[in-house]
Amino acid sequence: MIGYIFRRLAQSALVLFAMSALVFAGVYAIGNPIDILINPQADQAEVARATEALGLDKPLPLQYWHFIVNAFGGELGRSFSSNVPAVDLILQRMPATIELALCAMVIAIVLGLPLGLWAGLKPDTVTAKTIMAGSILGFSLPTFWVGLMLIMVFSVWLGWLPPTGRGETVNVLGIEVSFLTVDGLRHLFMPALNLALFKLALLIRLTRAGTREAMVQDYVRFARAKGVSERRIVRVHVLKNILIPIVTVIGLEFGSVIAFAIGTETIFAWPGMGKLLIDSINVLDRPVIVAYLLVIVVMFVFINLVVDLAYTALDPRVRLRGARA
Amino acid sequence: MSEAVAIAPTRRSELAASFARNRLALGALIVLCVIVLAALFSPLISPQNPYDLAQLDIMDSKIPPGSKSADGKTYILGTDEQGRDMLSAILYGLRISLGVGVISTVLALTLGMLVGLAAGYAGGWVDAVIMRIVDLQLSFPSILVALVLLAVLGQGVDKIVIALVTVQWAYYARTVRSNALVERRKEYVDAAICLGFAPWRIVYRHILPNCLPPLIVVATVQVAHAIALEATLSFLGLGMPITSPSLGLLIANGYSHLLSGKYWMSFFPGLALLVTIVAINLVGDHLRDALNPRL
Repeated sequence: MIGYIFRRLAQSALVLFAMSALVFAGVYAIGNPIDILINPQADQAEVARATEALGLDKPLPLQYWHFIVNAFGGELGRSFSSNVPAVDLILQRMPATIELALCAMVIAIVLGLPLGLWAGLKPDTVTAKTIMAGSILGFSLPTFWVGLMLIMVFSVWLGWLPPTGRGETVNVLGIEVSFLTVDGLRHLFMPALNLALFKLALLIRLTRAGTREAMVQDYVRFARAKGVSERRIVRVHVLKNILIPIVTVIGLEFGSVIAFAIGTETIFAWPGMGKLLIDSINVLDRPVIVAYLLVIVVMFVFINLVVDLAYTALDPRVRLRGARA
Repeated sequence: MSEAVAIAPTRRSELAASFARNRLALGALIVLCVIVLAALFSPLISPQNPYDLAQLDIMDSKIPPGSKSADGKTYILGTDEQGRDMLSAILYGLRISLGVGVISTVLALTLGMLVGLAAGYAGGWVDAVIMRIVDLQLSFPSILVALVLLAVLGQGVDKIVIALVTVQWAYYARTVRSNALVERRKEYVDAAICLGFAPWRIVYRHILPNCLPPLIVVATVQVAHAIALEATLSFLGLGMPITSPSLGLLIANGYSHLLSGKYWMSFFPGLALLVTIVAINLVGDHLRDALNPRL
């Protein structure tokens, strides 16, 4: 098991290294940030001075080398536009994104599991068909457009919820969170719902498929024959078995929720990492773009590792295969 | 090959019959056909050419849907801030969105198919290397990969097609490869090898036709995905250039007027996008059931 973890970590390090080189080379091919950062009236000498100050006059491999050396010291370069370390900027924005993503996941799970179970247990009822039609809609709705429509209905027409921002935050263990204040919750609701929609549809379909498959298994028939109540069959036997793939998907999808938060954050002006990325792309703030991508890659590698480990812990059959592979 | 020819027509009529049985899928197919036709013939059926400045009347700007302008023209879906008829803009936008979605899907399908066939037929280290790349790529969300690519490449129709192909090819490669692996072990392939056919002939005339049904299903769903992704990227300002106003750009354009209650500039292009994607997904869903591939 420990050997397996070590191998996974070594693999992850390799992926990270390859991604950093790719991202660095790619991002550093984007335009010339000097054109945007410096006053257009600046003369040649001033441009040269700024280029040198930012280290942009050096050849690309050398820039990459400096970057890697600094990266090991936890320093991923300074933002061109605000002159603070890029990592600080990202870490400062990260709690907002994670809070949003977690809330979206909670909404998706709390609604998706029961709806999917219902649709799986009674597949021929009108309710089940409505749920499934709804899930196709959830798959098809362009997330950013739903966000706009939510703003239109709840902010412009009804005036119930604020369209943008994070609202009042509370400091918990050094991290600013919104969900503990009424104002924060009011700000959080729409973006979280918006982000949850796609995953909700996914979870409904996944739970339904799992339930339908489990209900015809021998252990369910046996439990019925034993006289176990339908309620207990669903809660204990079926749910336990379908939860394994669902937990995996929830884990893996968490990374994609963070990525897709880019759109939601932009619409609702939610001050998270995704909005930071878009803003940075618009002003060609390369260090922030590179740092964001590396932080995301680290998060993904970490999430994948945790999911794999959780999977082996949950399912003994996988443990055997995983240990041998 | 003669076997494939004999089977194809029956499959086709079976498919037609299955659409006739499923009313929802049939409805979706009809809607999809109407949308495609509307997009193809948008210059002929649009009330105006929305990008011919001579036809725009600035006095008619931001008119709500269904209202009449001063000179008696009716704008069914309203106008934008330049007095552009939204219905015409949506029809032209549909054409661009669908075009980009279909072109990128065809390119990604071709690329993924070639790579997947190579991996499935060759096996060994070729397969291992290709599948590693596929796995790595699929472990990152499409929107992230596309965003980074567009940030690097810049704006443009060709750039967004490159980005969409890059995020999509891996799905086809994986599908084709897994099917090719199964087909490869079947007896007709052994027979073909015994007959001394060249590998390319076996791959393209024997294995490929048998991998097509699942590929078609994946491609249908991926067209919808590509269209949605393009719209999102365009909305974020990193997709289509302003000279090719896709539905996503129209929605982005209307965004600034949303808070003042002028919903129609964002609402209707989004509705067109939604109906298109739902129709494609429903048809794709039905195709999956009908062709019942091992996905």
